[in-house]
Amino acid sequence: MSDYILEMQQITKEFPGVKALDNVNFQVRRGEIHCLIGENGAGKSTLMKVLSGVYHYGSYTGNIVYNGEIQQFKSIADSEEKGIAIIYQELALVPEMSIYENIFFGHEILKGRNIDWNETIVRAKEALDKVRLYVDPSMKVKNLGVGNQQLVEIAKALSKDVKLLILDEPTASLNEDDSENLLKLIKELKQHGVSCIMISHRLKEIIEIADTITVLRDGSTVCSLDVRENRITEAEIIRHMVGREIEDIYPKRKKKEFGETCMEIRNWTVEDPVKGKEILHNININVKKGEIIGIQGLMGAGRTEFAMSIFGNPTGYKITGGEILLNGEKVSFKRPKDAIRKGVAYVSEDRKGNGLVLIQDIKYNISIANLEELQEGVSLNENEEINIANSYKQSINIKAPSIMQKVGNLSGGNQQKVQLAKWMFVKPKVLILDEPTRGIDVGAKYEIYTLMNQLVEEGMSIIMISSELPEVLGMSDRIYVMSAGEIAGELTAEEADENKVMAMAVRS
Amino acid sequence: MEKTIQNKNSKEGIGKEVIGLIKANIRDYMMYIALVVIMLFFSWKTNGGFLQARNLSNLINQAGYVAVLAIGMTLILIIKHIDLSVGYVAGFCGAVAAILITQKGVNEWVAIVLVLALGLLIGLYQGLLVTRVGVPAFVTTLAGMFIFRGLLNLTLQKTGTIIIPNEGFNALSNGFIPDLPGLGGDIHILTLLIGIAAVVLMIVSRVRDRQNKIKYNFAVTSTPVFVFGLVFVSVVIMSVIWVLSSYSGLPWTAVIVAVVLLVYNHMLNRTRLGRYIYGIGGNDQAAELSGIDVKKVTLFAFCSMSVLAALAGILYTARLQSATPTAGNGFELDAIASSYIGGTAVSGGIGKVTNAIIGALIIMSLTNGMNLMGVDVSYQYIVKGIIFIIAVAFDVRTRTKGR
Repeated sequence: MSDYILEMQQITKEFPGVKALDNVNFQVRRGEIHCLIGENGAGKSTLMKVLSGVYHYGSYTGNIVYNGEIQQFKSIADSEEKGIAIIYQELALVPEMSIYENIFFGHEILKGRNIDWNETIVRAKEALDKVRLYVDPSMKVKNLGVGNQQLVEIAKALSKDVKLLILDEPTASLNEDDSENLLKLIKELKQHGVSCIMISHRLKEIIEIADTITVLRDGSTVCSLDVRENRITEAEIIRHMVGREIEDIYPKRKKKEFGETCMEIRNWTVEDPVKGKEILHNININVKKGEIIGIQGLMGAGRTEFAMSIFGNPTGYKITGGEILLNGEKVSFKRPKDAIRKGVAYVSEDRKGNGLVLIQDIKYNISIANLEELQEGVSLNENEEINIANSYKQSINIKAPSIMQKVGNLSGGNQQKVQLAKWMFVKPKVLILDEPTRGIDVGAKYEIYTLMNQLVEEGMSIIMISSELPEVLGMSDRIYVMSAGEIAGELTAEEADENKVMAMAVRS
Repeated sequence: MEKTIQNKNSKEGIGKEVIGLIKANIRDYMMYIALVVIMLFFSWKTNGGFLQARNLSNLINQAGYVAVLAIGMTLILIIKHIDLSVGYVAGFCGAVAAILITQKGVNEWVAIVLVLALGLLIGLYQGLLVTRVGVPAFVTTLAGMFIFRGLLNLTLQKTGTIIIPNEGFNALSNGFIPDLPGLGGDIHILTLLIGIAAVVLMIVSRVRDRQNKIKYNFAVTSTPVFVFGLVFVSVVIMSVIWVLSSYSGLPWTAVIVAVVLLVYNHMLNRTRLGRYIYGIGGNDQAAELSGIDVKKVTLFAFCSMSVLAALAGILYTARLQSATPTAGNGFELDAIASSYIGGTAVSGGIGKVTNAIIGALIIMSLTNGMNLMGVDVSYQYIVKGIIFIIAVAFDVRTRTKGR
């Protein structure tokens, strides 16, 4: 047997008008952790879809040699049968089903013609043990946190006797703790002979875990680096990804001048009416004009719930106490519309789910939150709309053929820029950014950070919620750490470091 | 509606451009082709009777109420709801109009306004149930279907079918616009003038639209293709107008439908409300977080639907010149089918009222043609059902490929 479990040779995949993959060579050694990286749109996902059979044999050119044989996968089922499993960023679990039902969903254990539930539960328990998730397998998946759901996905793959596991940004939605657990688990699987391909944007964890790093750029392989002996630095990886050096991932602001307190939230207490328990307790924060504050906390600390509850509370939490002050004036928002009118904007963490209308074009999405400004008689001034959309497209560098492009066809980074343009057009005083760079490549991240700096220099205030600790440390003027629905502490940029923040985040 | 493709290389020639256009807009073209095929088929089967001026006027009068319902239904379907009650709401409102005119001695125009207001009330009732109480639209309007069917029967219980001996009212669906005074010849001059005006307006607005696009460097169709499209549509409109003006002229129904269509088309494409409707259909959570009052817009859609159902009821009652207990039976299917055949996406967020009208024409051409051929009504249901399913299946397939 050859050293390589997988060799993809000269893979070329074309879409109408675009060459997504151009003669890509990709080799994975048996039992290694192979990280596949590249900017969004570089072709990582396409390559994995070719491998897993989503793009069936014949729709691409080149060879897939797996276990020494040329494969011709017609569907995912074919690749699964050979022991290749792929776990997507968006988890494919049924929330209303139990863990064991999910693990064997699609390959149920049968006794005669009926499902053998007892055997299923026993085998599910075994699979859960392998991923060190010690919970009752009859629990509904919806009651698990995102991190544990990810583990269930892996357990599901393991139950199918997987030889090559593909993980598409597995840690993107996990907090530091869960991420670390997951990485540990992947290392263990490696010891048990499972080869692993991991797509990730988090350079730190790549350096920690990878045996080999392959970098894709614009549909071609840039390089494949053996990093078992030779250590590699983040800067080197970034250079390969973008083809240029980015000196500092976090651009420095030219001037730092803070004005009056722009927004203040006092004694904010919120209850979840469904579960009937308090999810936010007595939160006090404030942000000054021209300031970026970071809200850091582990998953489940209540950061997004906090942001939503102050932004007109569209999810219908029960606000049991507290008040919001804008420039010293007390305000109350019944719905997001009220908040927007008063100059507060919220950029959602889930840009596809509740940020953008994907089937509409860039122009539509940029103008939708501020159509009042385009009103002219009984119609909308569409020429003005085009001008505005074009100017944002240019000024914040949205990469698309035209503003008539559907947002669903853009890469993650460009979608995020459209979201930002939409809220810039509203011209808010306070901009709440929830995970502004999640799932975005390094180049686009840098652009978004630069934009944030520009906005605060122009006098906006930014509240940035993020689970990426380096980002919070790199961008914020002040940091609030949240833990279990409370503010666990406040740090200035000067005094904050990773240890201090993490210590606060895990305190209660 | 200007169709654009991204012609990266204008030297590729018209042939390639046309193929590209067809590929990009196959969904719309199939709809037009289907309409033409259906019309030709019935003309052949009825020895040309189908396309005669008399029957064409007839077809327009018959299609009027379905077209009005389809316009309202398109809004509802875009925001991912459904309204099953429209048939009996129309039937009930028609019956109320008949009672008001024949028994209460109300002036027909006052009666029409009152009935439209009744429609608004019904829309408020159903819309508030959906938006404030949170009952799914399917359930709310299924219940509405029963309630208004019952109310329709109750209204006509004592009298049975009510004949309406009111010429002004009945003219809504049987009458034609008057000709210019002193010009009553073989040809209906005013109809001809309206047709010419419509064609000119269409050409002006399309040319302006295209120039605008060129100004902003957006891809447009090449000049020959654009001119051909304009000429083709103009010829179609003028042929219909010519046939109509050689008969009795433009039916009032056509005028009413045209007004409703223009208002709704403008609303959907050029106003905030229209943007909000597409936004809610495309992603309601994103809409809410963009400051759109989703409940208010949804309530509006239901109110608009029920008012249009009341209008449809008036048109249908005027058409029959009477109110009957069976009025409204199956209208909801015709309306929903028209909207889907007209390209409204089953997953919401996409749809045009102009195309819904084409859908209504297809559905009513089928009804009208099969009636002319003397096809049993049972078969008519089956044929319509099959066409409906084919249209939606085709729609779903072309959309998934388009991704």
